[in-house]
Amino acid sequence: MVTIDPPAEPGLVTFDTAPESYRHWKLRVDGRVATLALDVDEDAGIRPGYKLKLNSYDLGVDIELHDALNRIRFEHPQVACVVVTSAKDRSFCAGANIYMLGTSSHHWKVNFCKFTNETRNGMEDSSRNDGLRFVAAVNGACAGGGYEIALACDEILMVDDRSTVVSLPEVPLLGVLPGTGGLTRVIDKRQVRRDVADLFCTNADGVRAERAKDWKLVDAIATPSEFTALVRDRAAAHAASSTRDADALGIALRPLERTIDAAGYHYAHVDVAFDRAARNATLTVRAPGEPQPEDVDAIVAAGDAWWPLALARELDDAILMLRTNQPELGLWLLRTAGDTDAVLAVDRTLLAHRDHWLVAETIGLLRRTLARLDVTSRSLYAIVDGGSCFAGTLLELALAADRTYMLALPDDGDGAPTIALNEANLGLYPAVNGRSRLAVRFDGDPALLAAATASLGRRYDAQAALHAGLVTVAPDDLDWDDEIRLALEERAALSPDALSAMEANLRFPGAETPETKIFGRLSAWQNWVFYRPNSTGERGALKLFGSGTKPQFDQERV
Amino acid sequence: MSIDYGERIPNNVELGSNRTLQRALEQWQPAFLSWWKEMGPTDFNAADVYLRTAISVDSKGWANYGHVRMPDYRWGIFLAEPEHDRRAGFGDDFGNPVWQQVPGEHRSTLRRLIVTQGDTEPASVEQQRLLGHTAPSLYDLRNLFQVNVEEGRHLWAMVYLLHAYFGRDGREEAEELLERHSGDPDKPRILTTFNEPIGDWLSFFMFTFFTDRDGKFQLKSFAESSFDPLARTCRFMLTEEAHHMFVGDTGISRVTKRTLEVMRELGTDEPGAIRRAGAIDLPTIQRYLNFWFSSSLDLFGSEASSNAAAYFAQGVKGRPDEKKYDDHVARDTTFELDVPDGAGGVRIESVPLRNAMNEVVRNSYVEDCLRGLARWNRLIEAAGHAFRFALPSTRFRRTVGNWAGVATDLQGRPIPQAEYDASIVSWLPSTDDRAFIASLMHRVIEPGKMAAWIAPPEKGIKDRPLDYEYVRLA
Repeated sequence: MVTIDPPAEPGLVTFDTAPESYRHWKLRVDGRVATLALDVDEDAGIRPGYKLKLNSYDLGVDIELHDALNRIRFEHPQVACVVVTSAKDRSFCAGANIYMLGTSSHHWKVNFCKFTNETRNGMEDSSRNDGLRFVAAVNGACAGGGYEIALACDEILMVDDRSTVVSLPEVPLLGVLPGTGGLTRVIDKRQVRRDVADLFCTNADGVRAERAKDWKLVDAIATPSEFTALVRDRAAAHAASSTRDADALGIALRPLERTIDAAGYHYAHVDVAFDRAARNATLTVRAPGEPQPEDVDAIVAAGDAWWPLALARELDDAILMLRTNQPELGLWLLRTAGDTDAVLAVDRTLLAHRDHWLVAETIGLLRRTLARLDVTSRSLYAIVDGGSCFAGTLLELALAADRTYMLALPDDGDGAPTIALNEANLGLYPAVNGRSRLAVRFDGDPALLAAATASLGRRYDAQAALHAGLVTVAPDDLDWDDEIRLALEERAALSPDALSAMEANLRFPGAETPETKIFGRLSAWQNWVFYRPNSTGERGALKLFGSGTKPQFDQERV
Repeated sequence: MSIDYGERIPNNVELGSNRTLQRALEQWQPAFLSWWKEMGPTDFNAADVYLRTAISVDSKGWANYGHVRMPDYRWGIFLAEPEHDRRAGFGDDFGNPVWQQVPGEHRSTLRRLIVTQGDTEPASVEQQRLLGHTAPSLYDLRNLFQVNVEEGRHLWAMVYLLHAYFGRDGREEAEELLERHSGDPDKPRILTTFNEPIGDWLSFFMFTFFTDRDGKFQLKSFAESSFDPLARTCRFMLTEEAHHMFVGDTGISRVTKRTLEVMRELGTDEPGAIRRAGAIDLPTIQRYLNFWFSSSLDLFGSEASSNAAAYFAQGVKGRPDEKKYDDHVARDTTFELDVPDGAGGVRIESVPLRNAMNEVVRNSYVEDCLRGLARWNRLIEAAGHAFRFALPSTRFRRTVGNWAGVATDLQGRPIPQAEYDASIVSWLPSTDDRAFIASLMHRVIEPGKMAAWIAPPEKGIKDRPLDYEYVRLA
């Protein structure tokens, strides 16, 4: 049950939806193949003021896509291949709605792009880790964000009717970037030669099927009368070679139980408390309060009530709600509460049954949810104090944080908080750079990494954790309150922009992946472009798009 | 060996001295001829048709009449004479010299527009390719072929622009214009309307009156373009397009006239009786008119359109007869649109005028259509009947724009979907209507004779008598 206690914030965005209330997507499941057909209701934008013409999308459309993907993962686990296509005639998807972008605040645009990026990365994540394949069936005009959805799929099939085109018209038409992974995936994933990519990305009209195939922008093309068969055959081929459990029976994802009030967002295992005066929010994750199932039958029977799955869904929702609705709460304090042994017991179950589809999908949802933290433009402090349970899976919260504060109680050996590593910290939840957070943390210190890896199960108190490099600061009980107060006040005084930028730089030492490029290079440049007068100024290209007035560019290269 | 380009391809673009263009057209011309022989009125390739051929743009040259076999028709390339010191007539560059070359920034827009316009020209030839078998007279058969060869020439005109101004991309697009075919499920024409075959002559007259008239307004919009070669090309095309309008206008006039004669002879307006006498009752004509008018309206695009605004701002595509407007920049003006309020009513939405250009052009089109209706209605009035043809509302049966998918009656009033579904059969040609019209389609090839459902024209072509052998069938 979802309750929103009055006074609800005006314009509050939630991510609650279910297939029966979709306005924009049609989800059809037929054995091993699911079809997600985009059929945008142009009058059902999430905000007023624009029409979602030509299958263009806004946050609301993507909230449904995010939901649909999770429905497929959990409710239809036998599905091995998802066909992403359009239910509209001759129009696949025109990308993000330009009027929505043109009239949105900077925060809204950036948050929207981040979420859409995560959803597309999530498709690749499921393909890479869980064998769920995606086939884009481009059955009509495919532009900008529409092509970027296709790019997130494993294979792109395109209709060749001599007029349908794929394009990335952002630069020539709008003065912005194909920022939902477009530029990165064209050259990194599809390995389009960079000069060809330059031609493609500056041509507003796009290219027809034959050239798209020549340029490696799509994998296969077919005439309209042969297209359905091509799509069917390719989806069947993916399904046939899939490792996914064909006999898996899904579980129901019931609506999240959540209360929203002036103090925060409250879930069964996650609580979010706002401190508006201090501009921070405290996310507390609670360990299971009762014994959790240990065999797969009991896990399936528990379904969405199983603690790690319920936790993942709640944490995912809390992160998305905070990002979208609380832009001024710039510092998140990550806390845990409960019994460390209970957390470690669940981890043992996760690791023991990780080959079972529901366990694997639950790990997947945790992996993607934790990865959201990596790219959240808020300062993250983990607070390890009395009653906390930062161990294994929950220690990932601290490893994702920008800093960890741990309470030292030198005079109270038994009552002192501890943290613990287990196998879950060695790569079960890779960060967006594809590496475990522990390995990233010790990027420059292989000895510490080796020591930590050799001591799985050990309970570290604050001093030991500090020594092992697992926490940042370990004040004792006499200093604790002041240290924490000062740390929060100090952070709150710094420039939010500089912090977002600094954190994004410091979180990913070492090698890049397409995902880090998408968030670190593409999104960063896009956000810069979004802020420049040449796109969003009164005479900028994005602002003026569709008005019939030509943009006036400041010609200085910066 | 030199080819006499002026003889083979009549032109006023100095084709004889332009090697790039020669090379391009030499490759394209054989492809065009194969297309004509395959997709044109193929069963009449051997017929000698009394056709008008343009061999120059002056008053003597643009209309040369003579019998010719259609595959031998000399499809020429003509631009209206240049206007000295022509200036941009609208948009952000208003008053600046027009462009003789394509500006890089407008290249893709112009190419897309030319391709879309160009695609409709061969499409209509393909749509009409079987009509020759059921022509109601040699006079009408000749008119059909005249329309066909001129649509072919209009294709040439667009192809000339693609070849001359758009480099390799342009040449590729020109080839594609011959590759897409009307109604081909794998390679359809770009615009949906142009993929429906035209199976009977009442539809042909409706098409030339309503759908070709959209073409006329598109050409008039392009005739204002700041891209001078496009403007000059379209101005010359308009002189030919007038004949297509004439065919539709007089065609429906003559059908109406014949119906009125039968009504007078029988002393009844009862549709069944009129049909039994082999003429087409007025309500059936009205239903065809409802169908074709509403189909053609979608071709103008959405009422509020970002593309239309951009085209106007850039100077690429203006309003027909731009000079008749006072404000040629239209930067700060708004336009009021009727839009559905989502609750079964109508509300007014104010949009920037530039975004409403499609609607402005559509309104001019509707006025033009009404002039034709007034002529037909005068015939009915003179015959002493109360019946009048009427155009449905521009909101009726739309699939593009604000009214797309909104159920309205013929007057454009929103109505419940169930009421619409129940009424639509009486508003549009029914299966029975179509079967009846099809039953009338028998060819009449005796010089001077007309099918029973259509009156003779008032005069022949170029002062020839009505019984002139306009087409010498092989």
